[in-house]
Amino acid sequence: MVAISINGKIYQTNADPRTPLLWVLRDDIGLTGTKYGCGVAQCGSCTVHIDGVANRSCQVPLNSVGRRKVTTVEGLAEGGTLTKVQQAWLDNDVPQCGYCQSGMIMAAAALLKSTPKPTDEEIDAAMTNICRCGTYQQVRAAIHDAAKG
Amino acid sequence: MTTTTATLNRRSFLASSAAVAGGFSLGFGVPFSRAEAQTGVQEVNAWVVIHPDDKVVIRIARSEMGQGTLTGLAQLVAEELECDWTKVTTEYPTPGQNLARNRVWGNFSTGGSQGIRQSNLYVRQGGATAREMLIQAAAKDWNVPAAECSAANSVITHKGTGKTTTYGKVAAAAAKIEPPKDVKLKDPKDWKIAGKGVKRLDTRDKLTGAQIYGIDLKLPGMLTATIRDCPVNGGKLKSFDAARVEKMPGVKKVVAVDGKGVAVVATSYWQARTALAALPIEWDEGPGGKINNDDITALLAEGLTAEKAFIGNQAGDAKAAIAGAPKKLEATYSYPYQNHATMEPMNCTALWTADKCEAWGPTQNGEAALAAAAEAAGHPVAKCDFHKMLLGGGFGRRGRSDYVRQAVLIAKEMPGTPIKLVWSREEDMTHCAFHPVMQCKLSAGLDASGNLAGLHVRLSGQSILASLLPQNLQNGMDPVVFQGFNSGGTESAYGYNISNLLIDHAMRNPHVLAGFWRGVNTNQNAIFMECFMDELAHAAGQDPLEFRRKLLKPRHLRVLNAAVEKAGWGKAPPGVYQGLAQIMGFGSYVAAVAEVSVSDQGQLKIHRIVAATDCGHAVNPAQIERQIAGSFVYGLSAALYGECTVKDGAIEQTNFDTYNVMRMDEMPKVESVIVPSGDFWGGVGEPTIAVAAPAVLNAIFAATGKRIRSLPVMNHDLRKA
Repeated sequence: MVAISINGKIYQTNADPRTPLLWVLRDDIGLTGTKYGCGVAQCGSCTVHIDGVANRSCQVPLNSVGRRKVTTVEGLAEGGTLTKVQQAWLDNDVPQCGYCQSGMIMAAAALLKSTPKPTDEEIDAAMTNICRCGTYQQVRAAIHDAAKG
Repeated sequence: MTTTTATLNRRSFLASSAAVAGGFSLGFGVPFSRAEAQTGVQEVNAWVVIHPDDKVVIRIARSEMGQGTLTGLAQLVAEELECDWTKVTTEYPTPGQNLARNRVWGNFSTGGSQGIRQSNLYVRQGGATAREMLIQAAAKDWNVPAAECSAANSVITHKGTGKTTTYGKVAAAAAKIEPPKDVKLKDPKDWKIAGKGVKRLDTRDKLTGAQIYGIDLKLPGMLTATIRDCPVNGGKLKSFDAARVEKMPGVKKVVAVDGKGVAVVATSYWQARTALAALPIEWDEGPGGKINNDDITALLAEGLTAEKAFIGNQAGDAKAAIAGAPKKLEATYSYPYQNHATMEPMNCTALWTADKCEAWGPTQNGEAALAAAAEAAGHPVAKCDFHKMLLGGGFGRRGRSDYVRQAVLIAKEMPGTPIKLVWSREEDMTHCAFHPVMQCKLSAGLDASGNLAGLHVRLSGQSILASLLPQNLQNGMDPVVFQGFNSGGTESAYGYNISNLLIDHAMRNPHVLAGFWRGVNTNQNAIFMECFMDELAHAAGQDPLEFRRKLLKPRHLRVLNAAVEKAGWGKAPPGVYQGLAQIMGFGSYVAAVAEVSVSDQGQLKIHRIVAATDCGHAVNPAQIERQIAGSFVYGLSAALYGECTVKDGAIEQTNFDTYNVMRMDEMPKVESVIVPSGDFWGGVGEPTIAVAAPAVLNAIFAATGKRIRSLPVMNHDLRKA
């Protein structure tokens, strides 16, 4: 049994300690907002925050998390109120299929935390997530919007 | 235009919906049944359900995969319904319900950019008919002529008395009204909801993790499976040693699938995947196992000069005109295999019992998915149903139901247990119906004034129909190969007046499966035509725009002019070079101007794309802009990086580390110019992909003097010659 802190709650899981955090979240905890896209840290669909830092959860074994605090996309909007990043996403009508957007939002939220007013170059450097629908233009606009608000 | 007009007969609906309800008592909270279980929720007709609180549920038959069709179709129904747009939600009927109701929702297939253009007439009629029934119900209640009543914003008003009521109050009575036969549809110039860039209806849950995709589905008692299919198409499963993994944590069963694959069923995905990786498997790869990429390249190259070829299009005498021309030009192009690479890997959940079968998953073709599920289940279609889930990308990949068949076959091995089949990215990358390989030899003659005297386009390569739908070949010929190479028509055309023309195809089908890939054959055909037009313009010493203007038909020219005017043709900043391309595909006229620079080290930067489209009617300009921008990400990912190569019969690229795609830092600024001419219905999901690559390739030539004739661009040294 391993204890893990997710979105402010402590969960106990029987998952093998080597299981990637991604699959613990999805299959054991039941938080499916964090998506499987590649499993090799290429696409960023599985991005979560660990102690506030963006991590690709497909590359984080359960036994490496320890007491650190995990935040998933489900943990952003407290009491149903969207965060300013999510609101900017809504205002800019960003998602198409939406599958990569949990990861995009988590990456953007971490970026804005460390760099509140990012330039286009800083956005390019931080946002390496893959979107096959091609929402990049709207993602960029939404990040700038969130930085204003 | 022929359409399947919705049969809006209430009595037959009640009979058949009872049959549906009786047939499916498994009840895992299918979204469709939930609304009807609530009291007072009223289906007015097949397209429109109204709640007592005036909430409007619009039924959508086509699949939403990011392209915005769900919102666009809802706009069209709501426009005619005259309902309050802020109260609109949507739901999918199931393919089983469609069959049980005599296909009242028409075609579910979502491909070929047809979602809106093919169904706009009957969904608008559905909305208009429901509106008339609601008005008549109110008029009857007030005992006034219906002609004195009008509807707006979900409110019905009687002109004489000023009485008002709402849709929610009269919906039950409206459902009993005989549906009017001939409803008049609005003139699009009077549209208030359609034609506007309203926000998508399906955004919020995508921002909070609440949206459930097929891969996220959870059913009581469900197990998860993952599969490895023979890496070589056409190969078979020889043997596997289940005993080696059966005792691994969580493993429930190891099953052979269809004689060519093997799946591990476990409590969770990671357990299934770990066991599958440890499972010893032997394959019989068949003759395909000996094929390498060079073999395929050679097979196609032979077809470029083969005597026998299917003629797709001809006019005059191209060969004689070229032979007699004072100036001749010849070039050979090639296009590789490419994977769709949807962000959500293939998946499907199935529950099989001795007398019925249900499946849930992302599909672009609900009815085909149902048919595949029923066939695999060994049950009549009427004893099966398929529940469509939101797609994490489609791009043509999910028009096929291979993963549905697999899921049902696995579930059949464990009766009564829901099984979710999830493919790994590696399985997904190596098992799709790939964008077909094609080579093309173009020969042309220019007369003494630099005018095009004759053009011969010889295609050599793979037929999608031969791979997926051989029954649709026409005396062996695949007409889809010539997509974009038609002289006219309403579906696809190259757009030039060419008096001596021959376009033919030597079909060469390697063992790799070929399929429909966003943009399909317009992708390579636009490269062949539009890059060669550029070559011809340069050979004739003419500006590529002026050279085209002399040859282009009016609708093509109008869109090209819109693009070059917005871009400022010939006015690029210093060090930046322009290229252009145009085509008509999926019913829409499109053109693009690309602006690129290439550094001394050969580093390409695509600065800006200006893309014009005439899609006839623009149902949601904001979503069209997003489709256009997205189509350049998709098309340029393919042009820059997209290549699946074959080694020992198998696809070599297994994940995004070897199959690169465009990320944010490389995306050019895409400016859309939407110029709808208002007299036809064209598609928007695919057309502009075709002009992405040729516009950029022509700009690269302008920048470097290097003519890239084989894709992807990453294989070329772009340093100036």
